[in-house]
Amino acid sequence: MVYHVDQRGFFGFFGGSYIPEMLVPNITELQSRYLEIIEDASFQAEFRQLLRDYVGRPTPLYPARRLSEKLGYPLFLKREDLNHTGAHKINNAIGQILLAQRLGKRRIIAETGAGQHGVATATVCALMGVECFVYMGEIDMKRQAPNVRRMQMLGTKVIPVTSGSRVLKDAANEAMRDWIAHPEDTHYILGSAVGPHPFPDMVMRFQAVISEEIKTQLPAQTPYQLPHSIIACVGGGSNAIGAFAHFLDTPSVVLIGVEAAGKGLDSGETAATIARGREGVLHGSKTLVMQTEDGQITEAHSISAGLDYPGVGPQHAHLARTGRATYVSVTDEEALVAAHELARLEGIIPALETAHALAYLPRHQAGPDQPVVLCLSGRGDKDMATYCPEA
Amino acid sequence: MNRIEALFARTERKVLSMFTTAGYPALDDTLRVCRALQDAGVEMIELGFPFSDPLADGPTIQRSNEQALANGMSLKVLFGQLKALRDNVDIPVLLMGYLNPVLQYGVERFCAACAEVGIDGLILPDMPVDEYKETYQALFAKYDLRSVFLVTPQTSPERIRMLDEITTGFLYVVSVASVTGNKLAVDDTRKQYFQRIHEMKLKSPTMVGFGIHDRQSFEESTAMLRGGIIGSALLKVLETSKDIEADVRSFVADIRPVV
Ligand SMILES: Cc1ncc(COP(=O)(O)O)c(C=O)c1O
Repeated sequence: MVYHVDQRGFFGFFGGSYIPEMLVPNITELQSRYLEIIEDASFQAEFRQLLRDYVGRPTPLYPARRLSEKLGYPLFLKREDLNHTGAHKINNAIGQILLAQRLGKRRIIAETGAGQHGVATATVCALMGVECFVYMGEIDMKRQAPNVRRMQMLGTKVIPVTSGSRVLKDAANEAMRDWIAHPEDTHYILGSAVGPHPFPDMVMRFQAVISEEIKTQLPAQTPYQLPHSIIACVGGGSNAIGAFAHFLDTPSVVLIGVEAAGKGLDSGETAATIARGREGVLHGSKTLVMQTEDGQITEAHSISAGLDYPGVGPQHAHLARTGRATYVSVTDEEALVAAHELARLEGIIPALETAHALAYLPRHQAGPDQPVVLCLSGRGDKDMATYCPEA
Repeated sequence: MNRIEALFARTERKVLSMFTTAGYPALDDTLRVCRALQDAGVEMIELGFPFSDPLADGPTIQRSNEQALANGMSLKVLFGQLKALRDNVDIPVLLMGYLNPVLQYGVERFCAACAEVGIDGLILPDMPVDEYKETYQALFAKYDLRSVFLVTPQTSPERIRMLDEITTGFLYVVSVASVTGNKLAVDDTRKQYFQRIHEMKLKSPTMVGFGIHDRQSFEESTAMLRGGIIGSALLKVLETSKDIEADVRSFVADIRPVV
């Protein structure tokens, strides 16, 4: 079975590029140049150096001793929260800003939900001295206010999105509209493994550093050669695909994506797209989408702004369809409990998104000799108002 | 002969086409607006079926989509309304919209429903060309539906030639790099673009659209092309209209007097 993108930009049945003609020149340029640029030695050298000196990679693979004792299997946390700006999002932002420079683009746009991708993009734009505009749903600007201020301090203009449901999906719509109106000088730094080809594959390549490091760290630091399983939360799916990438073709490694069930899978207020979506087209790719019978995209619900999205990356749709990865879901409530537990047991306050992956752990099947790696995708500073509302 | 081709064969003058959203302003206004447009002298209609995430559209069409969906519009409801289409209008009517609702309805079932009610063509801007050639082209042909493709100021000459080859009915010339609804100013850059398209001597009739909002922008943008399409400006009129027939009549008369 092939789990990677094919010549035409598809992962099996999913992917492709379903875009209006206005976006074709930019997307075609990316499709024809991204591999040549990314695989170039000078690109790789610059990318690797920035990941090391600026982002702080490699991130630790930390054995979570107290949580492991409680769970009954050895748990390792891949500490993406320790990256500069506090989440895995910066890996992709660094990759794409270097790509944008090589394409001669001087203006950057991005969408953001939790604000982590917005902060990462604002950061790399400050670093490179380019103009940056971030679209963010009005509702998300309220629930992730600290990140709005960070972006502004970094010199980015945050544009409130008031259309549609005023969250991540709508921010992505507005970013696409901006790109349509700026067809020549602008690169759109998409923040997850979604969108038209080549974005899902490109974002996967930039995030794959997560699994590349796991693959060397585990045998170097522990008695184990390979993880028994890898667990990550899935919004669009970028931290998860990055954590899976180097193990996709190693069938013994169990891959588990955790979606946000919101108030429950059948509550009508959920963001668990793989569980509740059907084949459809959203933001330029064929994937699983939560929608009505008439093909209208429905509003997702999650307490976590970064998972509050009615679609999912096409590669995840393919991994789910082929059975290579398994997707489960946890509710808002379960995620909150898990975040508090990690804080008390390990002294780590995780992002709300990550808390979903943590909440699944007690249900996970693994034995005392089976190492489980969880991608700790981000830190929870931005979520303090949700975790401790009185404060 | 397909009504679209008949229209271009029949008249030499600039073709005036308008875009409206099905189920807007009220659910049952679809055919009423179509008839008002025909009575006012509009020669072709693009009837938009609404989508929750119209990413190539500006605020006006976004609002009409939201309103139509809130009114209860869906493809199922639309095809019900369109049973009476040909009792009401005889000008060409194309359905325009995003691909996802069509995929969910079922592409062949959608085509069959279009043919049954007398739809002449389709504009599906996010339908990939490859997929069209591989699967949909034969299907659309089977149901005698024309399929209109778009070109933009950034489209390369080679791609314009390719799109001109595969488009049927007409070629949609997007006036400017923008979403719908930004008022078009036909400056020198625009004129050069339209001139460039004109000089390519394409086989398809060329209809310009995006941002045409008054007589001046219609006349200037169509000077070197076959006709023009007006959408957001009409929807703005409908948005506040108390008398659809009278308001459509005076809006169209401002663009071009009835002959
Ligand atoms: C910390 C963190 N984890 C996960 C996500 C979800 O995105 P993805 O599924 O692309 O990793 C986000 C998105 O904002 C995030 O900030």
